[in-house]
Amino acid sequence: MKKVVIFGATSAIAQATARRFAARGDVLFLVGRNPHKLSALVQDLTVRGCRGVASLSADLNDTSSHSAIFQQAVENLGGCDVMLLAHGDLGNEQDAQKDFAAALPILQTNMLSAISLCTVAANYFEARKQGCVAAISSVAGDRGRQSNYIYGTAKGALGIFLQGLRNRLFLSGVHVLTIKPGFVDTPMTASFKKGALWAQPDTIADGIIKGIDRKRNEVYLPVFWSIIMFVIRVVPEAVFKRMKL
Amino acid sequence: MRFSEQNVVSWGRFPKSTSRIFPVLDTAFEVQNINPPCHVLPFGLGRSYGDSCLNDGEIVLTTRSLDKFISFDRTNGTLVCQAGVSFAEILDLIVPQGWFLPVTPGTKFITVGGAIANDVHGKNHHVSGNFGHHVIQFELVRSDGRFICSPIENSELFHATIGGLGLTGLITWVAFKLKPIHNPLIVQEVIRYETLEEFFEISAASEKDFEYTVSWIDCLSSGRTLGRGHYMRGNHAPAQSNMRIKLGKKLAVPFDAPNWALNSLTLKAFNLAYYWRQPQRVKRFTSHYDPFFYPLDSIHNWNRIYGSRGFLQYQCVVPFDDGAFAIREILSRISKAKTGSFLAVLKTFGAIPSVGMLSFPRRGVTLALDFPNTGERLFKLLEELDTITRSAGGAVYPAKDARMSKNSFSAFFPRFDEFSKFIDPKFSSSFLRRVT
Repeated sequence: MKKVVIFGATSAIAQATARRFAARGDVLFLVGRNPHKLSALVQDLTVRGCRGVASLSADLNDTSSHSAIFQQAVENLGGCDVMLLAHGDLGNEQDAQKDFAAALPILQTNMLSAISLCTVAANYFEARKQGCVAAISSVAGDRGRQSNYIYGTAKGALGIFLQGLRNRLFLSGVHVLTIKPGFVDTPMTASFKKGALWAQPDTIADGIIKGIDRKRNEVYLPVFWSIIMFVIRVVPEAVFKRMKL
Repeated sequence: MRFSEQNVVSWGRFPKSTSRIFPVLDTAFEVQNINPPCHVLPFGLGRSYGDSCLNDGEIVLTTRSLDKFISFDRTNGTLVCQAGVSFAEILDLIVPQGWFLPVTPGTKFITVGGAIANDVHGKNHHVSGNFGHHVIQFELVRSDGRFICSPIENSELFHATIGGLGLTGLITWVAFKLKPIHNPLIVQEVIRYETLEEFFEISAASEKDFEYTVSWIDCLSSGRTLGRGHYMRGNHAPAQSNMRIKLGKKLAVPFDAPNWALNSLTLKAFNLAYYWRQPQRVKRFTSHYDPFFYPLDSIHNWNRIYGSRGFLQYQCVVPFDDGAFAIREILSRISKAKTGSFLAVLKTFGAIPSVGMLSFPRRGVTLALDFPNTGERLFKLLEELDTITRSAGGAVYPAKDARMSKNSFSAFFPRFDEFSKFIDPKFSSSFLRRVT
């Protein structure tokens, strides 16, 4: 039985992952913004037979509260083995590219608040020489592209932060997992046209659980994105800048 | 909320439609949230075959985020869940606890909201009626407010919404009764029969002792063997049954088959082979419920075998009459046209009256089959079948329809006028606009 705290728990990917944790007997502490959705999820997990689940509604953009929130989760669970960070917001890329004021909340949610929460969890795990920090970055963070480089900047920065954290915590035996989903069919992406590259949240959740269990460093989900992103990364910048991506 | 125009298709992939997608994120949803004002239609898993789940040029409210269970009374068998929960998810939860769906259609990839909107039926209609018979209560969100509906509370809205094709408002959560079982097994018998008379004889003899009955028919067979097929009947297995359950691997149709792949020759060959798959008259065996109820669910995207043109399903019900004249006439028109497919199903409906104003099931015999969308010629054939169904006093199932005429619709559903008072003015569908 693992003690798992999930940030951004009502996101489609987090919810699907929470159900998998619950199904194998783990206990959960869920943090999310919308109290109505949170309580519905707690009810759902309870009906599905979850051994223990509690929740807290909080605005995670307020980084000053992170330490207290994590502390509350640890007290409630009687410890913590896994921290899954799943909150995110695509924002409005077009507005964000024209006006930094619109870019700031995207950076705040996807980068700054994520880094803050990972720091709090990492310090807790490091002191105990065990635990897992699993955070959802994105394939968008692998290379800046004109269609979503603000969101990509935030997710890319989170990825670099996690690399450093992994390096720092290696000797403490703490596992750091960077999760890079491709296109996922969720309410966050409802306005996008869907094609063959799109995956369901359940598929991503399976990959997250596997990544945590097998102590992987970085997972592309579904796996074929590792090939796509390899190609995207090796295109020389002189060529890449001319491409419409 | 940002919108973009997207192609939305139903299971038959005909007709095509374009709508804006608005995901319903939780049960606190209000119709007023939608701006600019436009007509909306709830959309679950899109397993309706025709255009009853489509809203071309308008908005569809996707309900798959309403996928939470709310409560499960394991003692009395009552389940409360949000309307976007699928039958597959429900079965995964309830079967290990000794409960089963009270009524289920031939696919488990439908939502509870959709089951109510189409008042779906299954192989146990003669015993248990439709899904609507087992609904205790639900919440309906309309442009004029939120309503708890049950047979005693807002009962008119309750009866309009069951079978109401999603037009009376958005169902957010549902409470319904489950059925107790001992294990996931079905004890079944398959009887190969040669004539339509035999079908009716076996039906009459089976309905008392078997909870589930259905028949696959060879829709290309004609003359003396018109309507020949395999009659399947089964019951939930008793407590002592023991059997190692081994479920087959899921298959998938990874791409559209070319449109010519299904033609009269391949269909004839398939139906012949399938009929003689069982050389003996009667076969008895026990199986898991999954292949018994959901044989096609094991082939992911099976609708692709009809190619990009899509297909139409035709399901009608005609009352029992002397010599089953109407169903015989329908079957012989189909076999003469040398079209149809391998998925022809014949079943008798029992006498339990439906609870919904627009519910399809009524006492008689129902036939369902697929036709590859061959255009003009097919539409002409289906129009002829409608005429026979009408003169017999029967009906065609809206959940499977993409082409019935206005006149046919009003003949099939005489309570439409009464129903139309309950249509939410902010709701509409491609189907509604076509048949009214």
